[in-house]
Amino acid sequence: MTATRKLAGLAIFLLAVFVLVPALIAATGRKDLYYTLTSVALLSIASAGVWLTFYIGRINMGQGAFALMGAYVAAVLVTRYGMSFWWTLPAAGLFCALASLLIGLPILRLRGVYFAMVSLVLTEVTRLLALAVPITEGAKGITNIPLPGAISLFGITLVPDFSTMENPRIAFYYLAVTLMVIAFAAMYRLVNSRIGHICMSLQQNEELASSIGVNIVHLRLIAFAISSFLGGVSGAAFAAVTQSVYPSSFTVTDSVNFMLNCFLGGLGYVFGPMLGTLTLYFGWNLLFQTGEFQLLIYSSVMILLMLVLPNGLLSLGEGRRKG
Amino acid sequence: METILQIRDLTRRFGGLTAVNNVSFEVREKEILSVIGPNGAGKSTLFKLIASFLKPTSGEVLYRGERISGLAPHIAARKGVVRTFQETTIFRNMTVRENIIVAHHLRSKASLAGFFFGTRAAREDERAFGESADEIIHFLNLDDLAREKAKNLPHGHLRALGIGIGLATNPAVLLLDEPFAGMNHDETHKAVAMVRRLRERGLTVLLVEHDMPAVMKISDRIVVINFGQKIAEGTPLEIQNNEKVIEAYLGAEDEAIGM
Repeated sequence: MTATRKLAGLAIFLLAVFVLVPALIAATGRKDLYYTLTSVALLSIASAGVWLTFYIGRINMGQGAFALMGAYVAAVLVTRYGMSFWWTLPAAGLFCALASLLIGLPILRLRGVYFAMVSLVLTEVTRLLALAVPITEGAKGITNIPLPGAISLFGITLVPDFSTMENPRIAFYYLAVTLMVIAFAAMYRLVNSRIGHICMSLQQNEELASSIGVNIVHLRLIAFAISSFLGGVSGAAFAAVTQSVYPSSFTVTDSVNFMLNCFLGGLGYVFGPMLGTLTLYFGWNLLFQTGEFQLLIYSSVMILLMLVLPNGLLSLGEGRRKG
Repeated sequence: METILQIRDLTRRFGGLTAVNNVSFEVREKEILSVIGPNGAGKSTLFKLIASFLKPTSGEVLYRGERISGLAPHIAARKGVVRTFQETTIFRNMTVRENIIVAHHLRSKASLAGFFFGTRAAREDERAFGESADEIIHFLNLDDLAREKAKNLPHGHLRALGIGIGLATNPAVLLLDEPFAGMNHDETHKAVAMVRRLRERGLTVLLVEHDMPAVMKISDRIVVINFGQKIAEGTPLEIQNNEKVIEAYLGAEDEAIGM
């Protein structure tokens, strides 16, 4: 793709997300869509993290753990220590990144299904931890988290206090999509820079990568930390949107979904997890009408898609361009 | 000539099996030294020990007087001792050029964060890597295949690519793992010429190989191992006339033909 086409694509995307979607929602009056799309945007950030761990050749089913961790860190910081929501976003991300370094050091040497299993267990352990540790307040969770406050710089209010808004959902939508755009822009840059190429070398052959001097242990940790950072930020923002967090806010199902989002969108494409999250979230909700058959149809379609499109939805575009 | 690698009393046991037993020899700067031996003699284990892909049970490998055995492979590579693999070990889903560019890792002056933000040092690195990769591709006669995905490469070229990946790290010592295995007469001939040109680039080459005629043609010196032990060391001529070597090889052959 040429540079101009890329720029045009970016402009259309930003226009759609920041202008067209809100305009469409205003025109149709479907205000509930804001909440749905906010969720999609935030979940896609966590999925982007999972995608990066796929990129270094690890099947990561532990992102739910970090989203939950991030949500709790943010909730505790806001409710107990009165920290501003805006600071809790990076704080939650960094907390999760640090935690992932400690956890990753022993488990990242595992490969394939072994890493997948351990990371899956990690999600469950985190949920149980949230039930047991006093600071998370057990099963009743942390509720009544205040809405984000204002951001002002030199006395000028950049973002108004969410609680003074008529409809904070719109504000949350803008917040979520802004975070999503930043996360994916960073990811795009990462993958297209030398770091991405080295991550790719790791995915394809770790022995060969170490023979050319790549510190594979180091690089795996960096990728896992970035992934968990995104999971933490996503969880923290989720806690603010729902104003609550429970041990069941992110479970094994979510961890699996983060992974499926990547599969569905395409593991070879940076924007795969975004498209995957959107499709999966809406697909699941659309199937709600089928009642008891929801899960059956959903799973069958997923299996079929993986068989027919092993490289994800975005590989469709590629085929056309080649042919 | 100066000694560049010293292999000292190297031993490696796997459970009750001693794969490499008390092997010592030296590699001199800019020589081509081959390690040969019958099947199962412990060549591969020795190779991995020298490349730091395996930790020795006892003994050590010194590179310019510095111990490299027992360290992680990427540290040995950083010091200048780099191994190649047999043909299937390449970055399959990258093009030939991408394979070689990514292998320039050790030469980068910019940090990983620098590459993310596109600093001047990083852009300078990228440019230098591109140029160097093109030079290596030309050196290996892979120009026509530079944009081809590595997994689509024919066999002979895969091995050249493997050597190219090794060259990109700018090593002092290149360890080649059976560079002539599975090649026909013509291909071997070309590969032998290529290994010679590696030495002309200033490299020291240590190779582990099966193919006797090729080894005799190419090596300055040869180390022969059998049952994990060094049984002979010398010039090709000396090796050809060495009683123990003849015995080891003929013995193996006799067994193979059922005598």
